[in-house]
Amino acid sequence: MTTAPPKLDKSATAGEAAPAAALHTGTSDLRSLVSRNLRQSGIYVAFVVIVALVAILTDGLSLNPTNVTNIVLQYSYILILAIGMVIVIIAGHIDLSVGSVVALTGAVSATLVIKQGMPWWVGILAALAVGLAIGAWQGFWVAYVGIPAFIVTLAGMLLFRGLAQEVLHSVSLSPFPPAYGKVATGFLNGLIGGNGYDAFTLLIFALAVLGYAFSSYRTRVARVRYQQPVESFPLFVLRVVVVAAVVMWFAWQLAHARGLPIVLIILAVLILAYGVLTKRTVFGRQVYAIGGNLAAAQLSGVKVKVVNFWIFVNMGFLAGVAGVIFSSRSNGAQPGAGNMFELDAIAACFIGGAAVTGGVGTVVGAVVGGLLVAVMSNGMQLLGVDQSIQSVVKGLVLLLAVAFDVYNKRRAGASR
Amino acid sequence: MAENILEMRSITKTFPGVKALENVNLDVRRGEIHAICGENGAGKSTLMKVLSGVYPTGTYDGEILYDGAPASFGGIRDSEHLGIVIIHQELALVPYLSIAENIFLGNERRGRGGLIDWNLANAEAAKLLQSVGLDEYPVTPVGQLGVGKQQLVEIAKALSKDVRLLILDEPTAALNDTDSAHLLGLLRRLKERGITSIMISHKLNEITAIADRVTVIRDGKTVETLSLAAGEVTQERIIRGMVGRDLESFYPPRESSPGDEVMRIEDWTVWHPSQDRKVVDGAAFSVRAGEVVGIAGLMGAGRTELAMSVFGRSYGRNISGRLFMHGKEVRPRNVAEAIDAGIAYATEDRKKYGLNLIEDIRTNVSAAALEKLSHGGFVNGNEEIKVAEDSRKGMNIKAPSVMSIVGKLSGGNQQKVVLSKWLFTDPDVLILDEPTRGIDVGAKYEIYTIVNRLVAAGKAVVIISSELPELLGTCDRIYTLSAGRITGEVPVEQATQENLMALMTKERELVA
Repeated sequence: MTTAPPKLDKSATAGEAAPAAALHTGTSDLRSLVSRNLRQSGIYVAFVVIVALVAILTDGLSLNPTNVTNIVLQYSYILILAIGMVIVIIAGHIDLSVGSVVALTGAVSATLVIKQGMPWWVGILAALAVGLAIGAWQGFWVAYVGIPAFIVTLAGMLLFRGLAQEVLHSVSLSPFPPAYGKVATGFLNGLIGGNGYDAFTLLIFALAVLGYAFSSYRTRVARVRYQQPVESFPLFVLRVVVVAAVVMWFAWQLAHARGLPIVLIILAVLILAYGVLTKRTVFGRQVYAIGGNLAAAQLSGVKVKVVNFWIFVNMGFLAGVAGVIFSSRSNGAQPGAGNMFELDAIAACFIGGAAVTGGVGTVVGAVVGGLLVAVMSNGMQLLGVDQSIQSVVKGLVLLLAVAFDVYNKRRAGASR
Repeated sequence: MAENILEMRSITKTFPGVKALENVNLDVRRGEIHAICGENGAGKSTLMKVLSGVYPTGTYDGEILYDGAPASFGGIRDSEHLGIVIIHQELALVPYLSIAENIFLGNERRGRGGLIDWNLANAEAAKLLQSVGLDEYPVTPVGQLGVGKQQLVEIAKALSKDVRLLILDEPTAALNDTDSAHLLGLLRRLKERGITSIMISHKLNEITAIADRVTVIRDGKTVETLSLAAGEVTQERIIRGMVGRDLESFYPPRESSPGDEVMRIEDWTVWHPSQDRKVVDGAAFSVRAGEVVGIAGLMGAGRTELAMSVFGRSYGRNISGRLFMHGKEVRPRNVAEAIDAGIAYATEDRKKYGLNLIEDIRTNVSAAALEKLSHGGFVNGNEEIKVAEDSRKGMNIKAPSVMSIVGKLSGGNQQKVVLSKWLFTDPDVLILDEPTRGIDVGAKYEIYTIVNRLVAAGKAVVIISSELPELLGTCDRIYTLSAGRITGEVPVEQATQENLMALMTKERELVA
């Protein structure tokens, strides 16, 4: 959580003689800082509000340990798709095919494991390989032939759905051997005991919190060394403590239920890895550059075709991961699996602050956007709201989120 | 009837912060071909937009008399209603529609029940095409025609509106010699039919060949109106009117001591990406370390195209010629390779091609040399901030921090960000395309100072500019470019605005 407004270190500003002119630009920047942070942090505020609202409406039932675990298990594959999708969207593309790719990769895996009797890991590797191949296929058409991603992936949506049905001969396959099912429904628990709660889960989370605190501290030290503005030390401590408290509460809930879901570990690793990829690597920065101004990126030496190609390869890979988890969770493969997943993933990205015009968006934002939809849907299910009404609410939330984004941008443009 | 079909009196048009037109007067006689001349940005197009109603009455000061009566236009439709039709440089045709559909777009020939009568439309279109000398079927899609023929379709469209005063903005800029000659012939025939034309053009040989009178505009003011009858319409006279101005901005002084040659191109030819013509034709130039070389040329001369084709083949097709860096031939196939070869190119349109406006100063500065800040693909964010911070201070970019969004900076500060970006690639030669376009005088001075600093550090700089005083004030040598060819190379001591302008308007046949 880096959204706390940076407080200028006094020693950093004192060195600059700041006459009236600089002061003037300083205030206009403060305004841009606020509007920018509003855009970024709006999603977190909205998330907290939704969680609180659902908790109140369900008399706290939604915060019940079993339910918290369920939300993670039930929506993990959407979140994984959203991670890949937000990169595609930042670069200014779209991918409509991921639902079909989930079906096809699951179908290939199920055919190998259930029909051919291969070991569970062969199925997983095959699914990932198929995902990569599909990504390369779509990346080729988008990057090197120059066909808009909307068309390529619309074709892919039909193509891979058809292939999934072909592979399965239009019948469902089930069940997987238990080892395969562990991926999506397994837990790591009881490894070091505990009295009514799982000590192992708590330990892992405690280590994660420590890691977070340590890396935050190191970042802070490095920023100070480079004379960058940092928040004041008490504020820094407060931020770490709040984050730690929220995370440990979540861990407590999980420990009281069934322990640490394996899916959650996969998800955490992916969020971390892709967060670093988008924010800290040359590749990630080139993705933002392409989405922000394609011509300028090209004239700055960015190899646009290569970057676009790998963006789609990556999307295919993550769709393969989602395919494995979905087939594992549903304990089999169905020709109609993953229907409309692409729309849920796209919605998660836009709710999470990605811009329709490209160049803007974050992995964490997309994941929180996905969680927001997840908590909302879950809450409505707990309340027994009709499927039809759920769909109406989801549609309105998406519309409002993008309207907020457009409004923000227009306001920012007007103040220019 | 009044002798003058049009009189524009004391037209003053102000944009926020800029006076584009100041007390401009223009008289156009009935049935004449009247040319308007002036440098880029002199205010020619603005004047024509006032006349055609693009800027409606009330948004400017002054008076327009049409046929002796005061005219007020709320928009283009009002002026077209009186027979004033403007044909812009960027043709306003829909490529997928047929010739007839384009001619009657917005002016459809309706039959019974309000439906379009296509037989009537095509028949009328055929007649109009005949009158402009275009031998094509009215049902042919416009996209299949060359630019020259498209220009004729635009004129046919104007005729369909019963045009009495035809305004052409740079009609021959994109045409080859044959098409230009055809177009000029057509204007003469229209004159015989009593249609008055106003033509904006940079091509002085065309103007002297066709115009009855010429009005010269400079810096938003009318300089003079020359008359063919009085023997005043000569190229020399027009050039004197166009450039006769004092140096307004200051240029910081610089010691000039050029060293070894850094970059040289030979026999450089570039074809237009979609049209069948050469945009750059056999160009050759060189630049030495510690030297500023200028490239002067009017709009459409191929300046930007030349620079971009050198910069990793970013423009055009069938690029041929040789490029040498430090005497060794290099063949950069893309921008990354050009940057590696030590070339940097700062574009003339920084918003469209130079900057990621939604990102901050930091990411824009590092964008062209991110690998210098990274190990194993990971960007060192703190080092990046330090680099950007150094640029902010060194370039005097007026922004509270390097995290400021570039889109919110002023033009001058944006340009400094662009320069920072290219300096961070540590180039040997820096090509600056219109480096001071759209920025105020103070920031211009700062940019010139930065250029001087670079040259003093041994970099080679190429400046492309439409402002001759700028080139005279900053360069050691100036090349002139006309219609894709280098027409001259002048040491700055011998260069004057007049002799440069003469070389810049020198036409192809005169060169050979």
